Amino acid sequence: MNTIRQFHDVINDSNGYARRIKKDSGKKILGYFCSYTPEEIIHAAGVHPLRLFGTRSAIAHADAHLQAYSCSLVRGVLEEALAGRLEFLDGAVFPHTCDSIQRLSDIWRLNLKFSFHSDVVLPVKLDTPSARKYMADVLRKFRRELEMGLGQSITDAQLSKSIKTFNTIKRALGKIYMLRSANPGMISGADVYALVKGAMIMDRADAAERLTAVATELENAKAVKGDSKKRIVVSGGLCDHADIYSIIEKSGGAVVWDDLCTGSRYFEGLVSEDGDPIEALADRFTERVVCPAKHSSVSARGDNIVRIAKEHRASGVIFLLLKFCDPHSFDYPYMKEMLDREGVPSMLMEIEQDLPSEGQLSTRFEAFIEMLR
Amino acid sequence: MSEEQVKKDPEKEKMKVKSIKKMKEIMTAYYIDAKTATQNGKKVGWITSGGPVEPLIAMDVIPVYPENHGAMIGASKMGVDLCEKAEDMGYCRDLCSYARSDIAASPVNGGPIGGLPAPDFLVCCNNICGTVLKWYEVQARYYKVPLFIFDTPFCHTEFSSEARQYVRSQIDEYIHFLEGVCGKKFDMDKMKEVGRLSLQGQRLWQDVLDTAMNKPAPMSAFDAFFHLALIVTLRGTQTAVDYYTMLLAEMKDRAAQKIGAVPNERYRLLWDNLPIWFKTKWLSDKFASYGACLVADTYTSAWCGALDYLDENDFLGSMVEGYTRIYLNIGVDEMLKIIKKMIKKYDVDGFVMHSNRSCKPYSLGQYDIMKTLQREMGLPSLMIEADMVDERAWSESQIETRIDAFMEIIKQKKG
Ligand code: SF4
Ligand code: SF4
Repeated sequence: MNTIRQFHDVINDSNGYARRIKKDSGKKILGYFCSYTPEEIIHAAGVHPLRLFGTRSAIAHADAHLQAYSCSLVRGVLEEALAGRLEFLDGAVFPHTCDSIQRLSDIWRLNLKFSFHSDVVLPVKLDTPSARKYMADVLRKFRRELEMGLGQSITDAQLSKSIKTFNTIKRALGKIYMLRSANPGMISGADVYALVKGAMIMDRADAAERLTAVATELENAKAVKGDSKKRIVVSGGLCDHADIYSIIEKSGGAVVWDDLCTGSRYFEGLVSEDGDPIEALADRFTERVVCPAKHSSVSARGDNIVRIAKEHRASGVIFLLLKFCDPHSFDYPYMKEMLDREGVPSMLMEIEQDLPSEGQLSTRFEAFIEMLR
Repeated sequence: MSEEQVKKDPEKEKMKVKSIKKMKEIMTAYYIDAKTATQNGKKVGWITSGGPVEPLIAMDVIPVYPENHGAMIGASKMGVDLCEKAEDMGYCRDLCSYARSDIAASPVNGGPIGGLPAPDFLVCCNNICGTVLKWYEVQARYYKVPLFIFDTPFCHTEFSSEARQYVRSQIDEYIHFLEGVCGKKFDMDKMKEVGRLSLQGQRLWQDVLDTAMNKPAPMSAFDAFFHLALIVTLRGTQTAVDYYTMLLAEMKDRAAQKIGAVPNERYRLLWDNLPIWFKTKWLSDKFASYGACLVADTYTSAWCGALDYLDENDFLGSMVEGYTRIYLNIGVDEMLKIIKKMIKKYDVDGFVMHSNRSCKPYSLGQYDIMKTLQREMGLPSLMIEADMVDERAWSESQIETRIDAFMEIIKQKKG
């Protein structure tokens, strides 16, 4: 599909794409790191929100600021910025999540001279009324900071419009995921990965339109028959590797769903399009499937992975954890145990920006997938 | 020969800190109390080291600190064994070793005191790190007890009014929670008294640390690591106040007699980050062999950092700021300001950083701090890559070489 190709092109050169946006539209660009970023507010200000991922280049600058036990995401984005490859940014937004991102924000602020910097210090617990109130307060504070930083106001009407655009994106992604789950052979994991990642990089109106088109096209496509691959769910923080998906497929598996920030945690749960837009955003952040750096109950993520495994009839779950990622590593043992209790086998794969060789990966995936029923 | 031996001993005796014995007694009594709490009809609440413990004391709950447990595990060199157990349970080796060793100790009653008494409830304050949130979730699942999260928004550059309101409302929620789990009303008068004792204890602890401004310093950071236990575990009690009153008198006396923690103190250094519990003696001896005393540290002083914010007349209200704006919950540049103040206050010649694999909020940012201190104050720094509990992260020969090189620089600078 031609449209999917375009997503691949965008993600293969996201910096180049961002530069073009800036040149063609004159839009300001704010980088961000996490699915708790209120993209809708940034977008409503006429600013382009750009999710930053690690780097494909070698680390040459970040090591002078971050110890080797920081995750490759944190090291990678800092590297990109210090190397001057993010010169098109007007600033960055740091929602409070893990300890590493928290310190990255300080290091970024002290060493890089972008004009805008904002820490969106969201609540960590999400299960009390006072936390819910604080959530909305923080979003309003962020809106004010943006308004001040840009010297322009963000109206409710603009916000509501942005919410609709992002909902369209999320709805389309959700639909594509559902279609794939029903018929895993119809689209490759690498393509779905490109669509999700592209949605966080591309001009959002553009992304909304294209993703909707892809969803419609897939809906009309004929079912692929005789697919005997094992149904796999991937769980973890983020997966920024198209290759992982291809290798899983070559090893006899098909990813049917995921539990990733660059996946279902991003698009599940739409923002209400009625009422006060900030309150609506606060509701969504409070009610969405949590990231492990936030708390909604002691078993929220375990319950969720079990639900996903059942709903999507998973034969097995692959935990893809970024090395040095504390929040995810802490959740792994109990999530695995809950899956064990349901009779869903799982395996753990620790990854960094540089993947182990394809041979090594296939050996492990094959061994796991072969034992699945 | 033998005569000399006899002569030397009183000198050595003079060097020893007498209060240590008392401290050991108090801690033993405390852990006996904690372990027999259920028999005595008392509740046990586990709480993070930076957590608001005063309301627990006011409720007659015995607070238990898994982090203190972690420190004991490290000091008794039982860390590797327990960390490996945790890894067998699926916890990755890169996670905080306090968390790993505590989580592994629970099912097997492991560690130097045969495990901690099971909690009736958990109180997790995330003002030190995000790790404690995950750790306490693990323990809440394991012990199946209620978990109260005291959420203190991180203050990169400011403590926003939004955050202030949020924390304020949590104080009421906290008290409500305690009334529920303890099955009794909260006693405001008792709280006032505990608040007063807590402040008094913190002031005394600050005074104790301040005695290291003397030259020679009567105590070192290694002493502080040891004497810290009470301000962490028994903050808000008369016991802590009495103990620190005694310790302060002893330190003042040592200062008056010019008894230094390190014989012939020539260089004064500042320590950053948690102690390396299994190597405190080795490190202390190593630095002492150069006549270098680690006169102060950023870690133990964190337990009196709230003094600027706490108010005896409105302790509960002032806890909002006191517990949110603590050392690890602020931006790197804010930490740097505190470090610079300490450098001047204790007149130090160099900065020794423990880059602690376990503790990201403490360690990430150290390179920037180091560079700024070099640039702005010309202060030499040393970074020791290690871990507070997990000995596998310790490579002695490499560290020794680095210390030697660092001390050479200090020597050359100061003569
Ligand atoms: S949550 Fe994990 S992957 Fe994400 S920045 Fe933090 S440590 Fe890195
Ligand atoms: S050592 Fe650091 S990461 Fe571990 S509990 Fe303490 S503050 Fe948290």
